[in-house]
Amino acid sequence: MSGMHRDRIRTKKRKKGRLSPRRIIQLLSAALFNGYGIGFRNGKLFTGRSKSFCVPVLNCYSCPGALGACPIGALQTALGGNRHVPFYVLGLMTLFGVVLGRLVCGFLCPFGLVQDLLYKIPVPKVRVPGRIDRAGKTLKYAVLAVAVILLPAFAVTKTGIADPYFCKYICPAGTLEGGLFHMMVNPALRALAGALFYWKVFVLAAIIFASMCISRPFCRYLCPLGAFYSLFNRFCFYRMYLDEAKCIGCKKCEQSCPMGVEVTKNINSPECIRCGKCKSVCPNQAISSGLH
Amino acid sequence: MRNDRDAQRIWILRIGVLAMAVVFIIAGILRREYLEVFQKAVKICLECIGIG
Repeated sequence: MSGMHRDRIRTKKRKKGRLSPRRIIQLLSAALFNGYGIGFRNGKLFTGRSKSFCVPVLNCYSCPGALGACPIGALQTALGGNRHVPFYVLGLMTLFGVVLGRLVCGFLCPFGLVQDLLYKIPVPKVRVPGRIDRAGKTLKYAVLAVAVILLPAFAVTKTGIADPYFCKYICPAGTLEGGLFHMMVNPALRALAGALFYWKVFVLAAIIFASMCISRPFCRYLCPLGAFYSLFNRFCFYRMYLDEAKCIGCKKCEQSCPMGVEVTKNINSPECIRCGKCKSVCPNQAISSGLH
Repeated sequence: MRNDRDAQRIWILRIGVLAMAVVFIIAGILRREYLEVFQKAVKICLECIGIG
């Protein structure tokens, strides 16, 4: 069977509307991390022991369904509250990073799933010019360094506690998973909503709108957890491989990459979220991935 | 030859980082840092939901 023929068959299968294995894993993961169904009914948070464990993804612990803690929220709290090195949270984040790298973004993150689904909406798509895209991608490292580490560690208020600056001013996952729901079901909280809430809704709306036109804009430009995991992408256990002997240089992989990775030059780029699209479009099966 | 050396370096790096992660987690558990995570995670985080 020729490569072209295989490619056409794959495309046909997609047209039938069957969910890809990655989409199934994304949906299961979102359901698993937010599996406390009762919380959505009564508006109360889960208080079981699993809340002391950080999940590998950006998943707000104020979501009524959340069964675990958000690593970025927990990191800011630990840095701001006690002024100590947060060994536990950093250890868990490093463990997820060195084993999976940004596979977490591509397969497990509920907010990544939201962005993937929004990008399916048939509106004109925007290809961000290379120079702007490259500059924008460095922004997430600044968000990690400033809003998640430096400000919570050093910008302490009179109370001796620092705000979780990323959660407070940027995080759209918190607004989507927690904020909007609590505002709907809790009149007391609704009465307290002010300029900050409207700012967060604006940030969320901007990211939602951008996600329809640009593939995963939050993961590309803003996500501090993605920035942290990207530090491990070059050497983590789960990696991508390009068989240069099989590569015919057609560049289909690069055209299909939702993160704009130059697959043939830098297959384990910090930007690669291991979604496997390059693998599925390769007519010569030159790309593989796995735990090695 | 060079590829072998690169692969060896990657293995040393990832095992080193993995060991560091495990040591950090154990240190965090011994210092009961998980309780701090728990206490924050079981209450509605007003900053996270936009109340401040």
